[in-house]
Amino acid sequence: MDNKWFTISVYSENHVGLLNRISGIFLKRHINIESLNVSKSEIDGVSKFTIVVFTTENWTQKIVAQIEKQIEVIKAFYHTDEETIFQESALFKIASNLLFDERQIQNIIKESNSQIVTVSREFFVLAKTGRRGEIDEMYQDLKPFGIMQFVRSGRIAVTKAEMQITALLKEFQTN
Amino acid sequence: METVKAKRTAASNKVGIKISGAEALIHCLLAEGVDLIYGYPGGAIMPVYDELYKFQDKLTHVLTRHEQAATHAAQGFARVTGKVGVAMATSGPGATNLVTGLADAQIDSTPIICITGQVPRHLLGSDAFQETDIIGISTPVTKWNYQITKASEIPEIMARAFYIARSGRPGPVLIDITKNAQFDEFEFTYEPCNGVRSYKPVPKPDPAAIETAASLINSAKRPYIVFGQGIILGEAEAELKAFVEKSGIPAAWTILGLSALETDHPLNVGMVGMHGNYGPNVLTNECDVLIAIGMRFDDRVTGNLATYAKQAKIVHFEIDPAEVNKNVKVDIAVLGDAKETLSQILPLIDKNSHEEWLSEFHKKYEEEYQAVIDGDLNPTKPGLTMGEVIEEINLASKNEAVIVTDVGQHQMIACRYAKFNQTKSNITSGGLGTMGFALPAAIGAKMGAQEREVVAIIGDGGYQMNIQELATIFQNKTAVKIVVLNNDHLGMVRQWQELFFESRYASTVMTNPDFVKIAEGYYIKAQRVEAREDLRSAVEEMMASDEPYFLEVRVEKEDNVFPMIPSGASVSDIRLK
Repeated sequence: MDNKWFTISVYSENHVGLLNRISGIFLKRHINIESLNVSKSEIDGVSKFTIVVFTTENWTQKIVAQIEKQIEVIKAFYHTDEETIFQESALFKIASNLLFDERQIQNIIKESNSQIVTVSREFFVLAKTGRRGEIDEMYQDLKPFGIMQFVRSGRIAVTKAEMQITALLKEFQTN
Repeated sequence: METVKAKRTAASNKVGIKISGAEALIHCLLAEGVDLIYGYPGGAIMPVYDELYKFQDKLTHVLTRHEQAATHAAQGFARVTGKVGVAMATSGPGATNLVTGLADAQIDSTPIICITGQVPRHLLGSDAFQETDIIGISTPVTKWNYQITKASEIPEIMARAFYIARSGRPGPVLIDITKNAQFDEFEFTYEPCNGVRSYKPVPKPDPAAIETAASLINSAKRPYIVFGQGIILGEAEAELKAFVEKSGIPAAWTILGLSALETDHPLNVGMVGMHGNYGPNVLTNECDVLIAIGMRFDDRVTGNLATYAKQAKIVHFEIDPAEVNKNVKVDIAVLGDAKETLSQILPLIDKNSHEEWLSEFHKKYEEEYQAVIDGDLNPTKPGLTMGEVIEEINLASKNEAVIVTDVGQHQMIACRYAKFNQTKSNITSGGLGTMGFALPAAIGAKMGAQEREVVAIIGDGGYQMNIQELATIFQNKTAVKIVVLNNDHLGMVRQWQELFFESRYASTVMTNPDFVKIAEGYYIKAQRVEAREDLRSAVEEMMASDEPYFLEVRVEKEDNVFPMIPSGASVSDIRLK
């Protein structure tokens, strides 16, 4: 089986040790977490982990089963890129003089659909939201001019299909 | 004062009265029906020990001589009773010494709760004296763990700990309690836990899966059952037996499934796995439907997965969805508690018998008997064999004893030859293979089943890994029978060195002390057997004793355990010599 990109979505209670437990599942199997994002979900009091891995579907299934087994995990899913709408965010900190000295920078900003978040005398900050490839492309374009700082978020994703967490929670409670 | 105290102990809910977290913990244990715990005191758990002192008429604390032994004793207790075993330790080294027992309980699905003291909340993260991150350390080896930093959390978390440890696929839980939470006072009320929102311990059986499984089983010509500890944990022994008898299907067991079906049952064909029986291994690759019940296709069971039961359709009865398709791809998964799923499938199973197929197991047994078993049980060479010792114990105990084993050759021999009439009678470290397990586990087993004979069978290596527990045995007059099968070697490793490392015996030769004198030093009756003619009377004397008893049997130094599936080989390639 070939390696592919999979987005693992984990709905869980907000419990302090859970991240450690979940990351341990990957560690034990030597699978690298390509990106990780934790946030609140659409349900009050329920957290959502979005984890991206590049591995086989077989391994992904096993990992998801192990994750789901953790006490505080309500449900875990995995999806391919085709089954999700996903984005990442990135911030680029660049010296302000470049904005005036290098015409090309302005073109990059326009073409990349990025926003200027702030401008000061010393630097300005560009924010870009999009697919990993788009952000990589913008990085490559800006690199020759000098990037003072760069950071990219983990992937966030929603699925095209429904994830019936509320129904699941009800089912758990009535059992 | 006295009356207030009496009132406190009478009711578990203390409305309007404030009690300390430490006292609350004791009430939680009592409310969960715990009357026996194992442990070792130390600085960060002292408030709890102070309460244990006050409650000693209701809750017995057994002082082991090492925290690891406390966990194994709790495991032995849990395995023999089906209840949750409890072990307690202080912070730092006390807590880290629990890790092996937690890992053992995790891989063998044993319900235990370990309670550790922790430095006060305000010192957490400051590298205080005896501070260790036991939550971080124990995470991979626990079903659940939690650090309590406020006294008021104690009742809810303890209730949850018991619920999680024993429900679904059982497992170990560690609760770490900071010292301030043990001292602080609060109004105590206790509610048992009946559910955790995010946790579904038992999947609901799917009637369609059960129907499909039943029709596959009914149409099979060479069906074969392999059952594991899921039967014992789910208390599904009667359901298994009914299923086996109605379907007439030969049934084999994994090492942890041993004793779930009596050894002498005509359809019990023996053990699968690396040192299992010949037929059960070879015929795994000749059956047409393999029915796995409450087992997890461990690598010691399957050998090479690429050649494991490839010809067969596989039905997997399993409580833990994460075990389905983990190692072996199955055709039908029947999720649920074995007691429930087996009861549901039974009416759909045709009454049948598979005499011809069963006779293939008998034929293979005959081959194994000639090549291995006869020599093990009825040796004609001078040196004593481990097998003949087990056979004497069978005779003397009438197959009614609880047999606790350690890890290595003696364990394989004991599991191959010990006979059982009753369930929950085979206690061994299966998944983790923890040397040092048997002596403390036997203490827990004996305390959990006082009316039964408990025999610990241990090698000379593993015995010395928790030998200090002789003190616990002596102090508590725990009438366990300890049999050390002494071959002056780490026998199993030596066997592998002989077979796979051209007999280079690296660090497997042991120069041993006088074990009899050591036992006598602990005031335990002791005897050594070196000659065959003395064996029977020594075993009989040991079994007749109502006190702890130590028996050392000097066995042949370089005997090997066969049959054997060499590591990575197929179950079909099991070697008889």
